Amino acid sequence: MDSVATVEEAAEKLIEGAGIDSDEAFKLVMGIREAAVNAVLHGNGYDPARQMTVTMECSQERVMVTVADEGPGFDLGSLPDPRAEENLMRGTGRGIFLIRSFFDEVNFRQLHPGTEIQLVKKFAASTGASG
Amino acid sequence: MALSIATRELDGVTILDLSGRITLGEGSVQLRDAIRELISKGVKNILIGLGEVNYIDSSGLGELVSAYTTAKNQQANVKLLNLTKKVKDVLQLTKLYTVFDIYEDEASAIASFK
Repeated sequence: MDSVATVEEAAEKLIEGAGIDSDEAFKLVMGIREAAVNAVLHGNGYDPARQMTVTMECSQERVMVTVADEGPGFDLGSLPDPRAEENLMRGTGRGIFLIRSFFDEVNFRQLHPGTEIQLVKKFAASTGASG
Repeated sequence: MALSIATRELDGVTILDLSGRITLGEGSVQLRDAIRELISKGVKNILIGLGEVNYIDSSGLGELVSAYTTAKNQQANVKLLNLTKKVKDVLQLTKLYTVFDIYEDEASAIASFK
């Protein structure tokens, strides 16, 4: 989990450094951390031989992050809504939901091997970012 | 900051005062172990104080749900106390706010177990 902490720290530094307001920054960093956890846990299966690759671009107009793993991939259709009555008491299945809640666009791309998730948050000129 | 858990008892209720983060690799396992230990000892009334918890991730949410269901299965109750804004926001977003009994003051929470 050290790599997740490294990603989280880098995201905090980059996003807060861009002058994005603290509530928004908290959500974005949380979403990025969830993506990193997914990559390490569900993608790479904690296998230290598999790499996680993260890119981040941050400006006052947009935050764009990609997180790629080297795992076997997964079926997006198998991600049920964790807020549905029948899923509410499940112990797992909220990570991607949180990511989708915090970002405007969440795109998945199949790699060979692995999966890449791309997260995009756009800011209007007068909101989100300040200073 | 890892999770720290302090345990105390008041009027037949075991209170876990949590401080730090409830996340995969940091606090989730500690919380799970603490709840399981109490349940195995036959404790029926458990109040989880979250006033010093400023971060919970999807894994931590799963542990709270697991604590709730584990307790229910043993005819015990788990309730939550003093949510910080950030934890409350995440519970509301995931609709888990509707699942738990949540209290803002300790006296009311203690009284609710009677």
